[in-house]
Amino acid sequence: MIEGIPIQHFLIVSTIMFFIGIAGFIMRRNLITILMAIELILNSVNINFVIFNRYLYPDQLQGHFFAIFVVGIAAAEASVAIALIINIYRKLKNIDVENVNELRY
Amino acid sequence: MYNYTILIPLIPLVIFLVTGLLGMKWKPIISGLLGTTGLGISWVLSVMTAITYFFGSHHEGAFETIIPFEKLWLTFSETLQIKMGVLLDPISVMMLVVVTTISFMVHIYSLGYMHGEKGFQRFYAFLSLFTFSMLGLVIATNIFQMYIFWELVGVSSFLLIGFYYQKPSAVAASKKAFIVTRFADFGFLIGILILSFITKTFDFAKLTNPDGAVFANAAGMSFMGISVMTWAMVLVFMGGAGKSAMFPLHIWLPDAMEGPTPVSALIHAATMVVAGVYLVARLFVVYHFQAPDALEIIAYVGGFTSLFAAVIAITQHDIKRVLAFSTLSQLGYMMLSLGVSGYGGEEGLGYMASMFHLFTHAMFKALLFLAAGSIIHAVHSNYMYEMGGLRKYLPITHITFLIACLTIAGVPPLSGFFSKDEILVAAFNHNKILFGVEFLVAGLTAFYMFRLYFNIFWGKDRHYHHTPHESPLTMTIPLMFLAFASIFSGFLPFHSMVTSDKMHFDTHLHLAVAVPSVLIGLIGIAFAWLLYKKESKVPEKLAKQFGILYTATYNKFYIDEIYLFVTKKIIFNYISRPVAWFDRHIVDAFMVGIGTVTEKISYRIKGMQSGQLQHYAFMFVAGVLILALVLVYYI
Amino acid sequence: MSFNIIMFYLFSAIILVFSLLTITSRRILRAAVYLLFVLIATAGLYFLLEYQFMAAVQLTLYAGGIVVLIIFSILLTHHISHRFKHPDLTKMIMGIAVAVVGSALTIYTILTYPFPQTITVTELPATMENIGMQLLGVEKNGYVLPFELISILLLAAMVAAIIVAKKGNDKNAEI
Repeated sequence: MIEGIPIQHFLIVSTIMFFIGIAGFIMRRNLITILMAIELILNSVNINFVIFNRYLYPDQLQGHFFAIFVVGIAAAEASVAIALIINIYRKLKNIDVENVNELRY
Repeated sequence: MYNYTILIPLIPLVIFLVTGLLGMKWKPIISGLLGTTGLGISWVLSVMTAITYFFGSHHEGAFETIIPFEKLWLTFSETLQIKMGVLLDPISVMMLVVVTTISFMVHIYSLGYMHGEKGFQRFYAFLSLFTFSMLGLVIATNIFQMYIFWELVGVSSFLLIGFYYQKPSAVAASKKAFIVTRFADFGFLIGILILSFITKTFDFAKLTNPDGAVFANAAGMSFMGISVMTWAMVLVFMGGAGKSAMFPLHIWLPDAMEGPTPVSALIHAATMVVAGVYLVARLFVVYHFQAPDALEIIAYVGGFTSLFAAVIAITQHDIKRVLAFSTLSQLGYMMLSLGVSGYGGEEGLGYMASMFHLFTHAMFKALLFLAAGSIIHAVHSNYMYEMGGLRKYLPITHITFLIACLTIAGVPPLSGFFSKDEILVAAFNHNKILFGVEFLVAGLTAFYMFRLYFNIFWGKDRHYHHTPHESPLTMTIPLMFLAFASIFSGFLPFHSMVTSDKMHFDTHLHLAVAVPSVLIGLIGIAFAWLLYKKESKVPEKLAKQFGILYTATYNKFYIDEIYLFVTKKIIFNYISRPVAWFDRHIVDAFMVGIGTVTEKISYRIKGMQSGQLQHYAFMFVAGVLILALVLVYYI
Repeated sequence: MSFNIIMFYLFSAIILVFSLLTITSRRILRAAVYLLFVLIATAGLYFLLEYQFMAAVQLTLYAGGIVVLIIFSILLTHHISHRFKHPDLTKMIMGIAVAVVGSALTIYTILTYPFPQTITVTELPATMENIGMQLLGVEKNGYVLPFELISILLLAAMVAAIIVAKKGNDKNAEI
């Protein structure tokens, strides 16, 4: 913990970051930007894990480990997502999310 | 000792399964030979059983009822269980012999008759199925097993009548047969249910115990002023009447002649149609002690049917139809004989006579049908006005047919004489009116059989497409065998074998009945000889003279039309149509409505699934927020 | 006001500002760089919390690995000078509304929730040795099972990525 900083301040920062990510996910039409928004979301979640660990259970490491695992999963997700994006780009010649609607009704 | 009897029905079952499943892969003849061989084994086993049962040991008392095999199949309650088993007593052993003999003969005969037909294997598979079902019916240890096999013979009969399924008339006939007998079986089933409700058992052994202990419950129970046992037994008889084609449920039998002729010989002359008679005989003790009124009804139904059918038979031109009506008439005889019978010793003469006639009738009627098949095979026509002078071309068929005609006409010492005579004596002893009817029918029978005979084998040569030739050996051997049986089966000592109380009793010739009955038979023959030996205009003139009566008879008294009127005009219009309307516009509409509404709504809201990832994400997050709001702050 | 507090607010400010820039920038390469700043600032937060290992992972994996991956894919699919059109107005409204409502709700909840008194420990367990022992441990506080799961997941993801992105038999495919 950091002396003088209450846990709420951390949480507010991560919350705002999370919702910025959500807003980016909903607003932007470029697939890579959407992917970046997802990274923001994951990152904010990571901060939460670490903060709760550090402030509430500093004698243990669960949150810490989960944050590490989330980083690993984020890496996996990013690699697959980028592979998909490249494939979509080959098919559609652009990567606008509106055009990826083959699976609608 | 009789453990092997279970094989008798099982062999045809196995053959049915094998030929039914694999038959199409073989040459047709293999199916035929396999079926015939299997049936031959069954036949040998049956005859062995009969010989050991009837003659094996010297019987001092009654024949015992043996159950060599029984397995529990379904349990409804402690007492009400359905078993499957083999029951041997005089009538079932006799029926085993009848069924396997006729079936074996028909199998051999069909090798020739059905040769080269499309669906030869199918035919043999169905024949085996039928034989299996019929044997299962015969050896049933309880009324429910009998019912199951009863329906199975119905099904196989349906399949075989509709064998030529490309022919619309055959399809119609098979449907008719199935529906009519099903309708009758409905009564049978209700009868069984009432019976088992009262007695708490299905077993024949308990039901037919003369002390009637199981019927204690029935005392005092009645419905609409008629005792409940009478209801039950009349309903059971309804099933029997359907299978045995008693008036007014007889309409399916003449149409059933659309099937191949060997089938008519096997099912619609010798075996299945006597199932009704067999059923009444099986439950005879119950009828006699618990529901004598029902027995009375049986006697009158039988008597009326025999007269009615004999009259119609006189006017028909299709030789198979003549034989069909003749079968009806003879079945009427058997039913009547059971109806007038008493129980025990001389009193039970009718019972014995009925079984005796069942046996002899099976032989000579099967012979008649097979011979008719041989004729049809040679001439390619069913109509007697397209035949004539065939005695030169078909010598063996001619002789055997003549023997059968003489047998059915009751000319001594052929078997028909003995059995028919016993029936007449039984009727004479109990009911003079019915005796009169039967006496008349004896004359009519002789007349229409010889009308048939003279029309076919005498008279003028017709113009045939090709010279008729005698059938192959596979077809004539059964004819000769059955002719032999028709001649000599009359000498079997039925009075010491198949009797109501299973005890021996003495019979003797009642000359007072026998002589007139033979005479009227001869008179019938003589009339036929006069009218039909040479072609003449007399029959036509006679027909004209009878005018409306002749037309009515020729059209089978319009019974079919009455049924059609009742079903099509009344039931269809006033019951089925409203019900169908209700079904279509209310029940169906409700279901369809659910579907339509779902479809409409889906169509409307499918736009929400836009394929736009971000819309989904928005919905998802908004939903999560709403849920969070609700769950965190309002609960 | 200690140095740590100043650093915290500095990092927080960097995180929030650059997050916002990441999703609003109309040049995608810049967006990726802003994302890099966000991630590095997050690593700074971890340093402040004395989770050095976590911070190192954040720097190498996130800032080093994923951002590089994203930049690669950007280079594969875009011209550097490409500028995005402005996003749809409806989508913008949707996104902003959700974000505002959601963050308001969450912050309100955070501020009203009575968090327990924070515990002060003299010695943190987050030493390199501890982390190593627990990550591969099988006893209490051992994480070998999720560790293995993650490793398999990464392998599967790698294979999948290769399969998906591999040029198929598609004749029309360019790149």
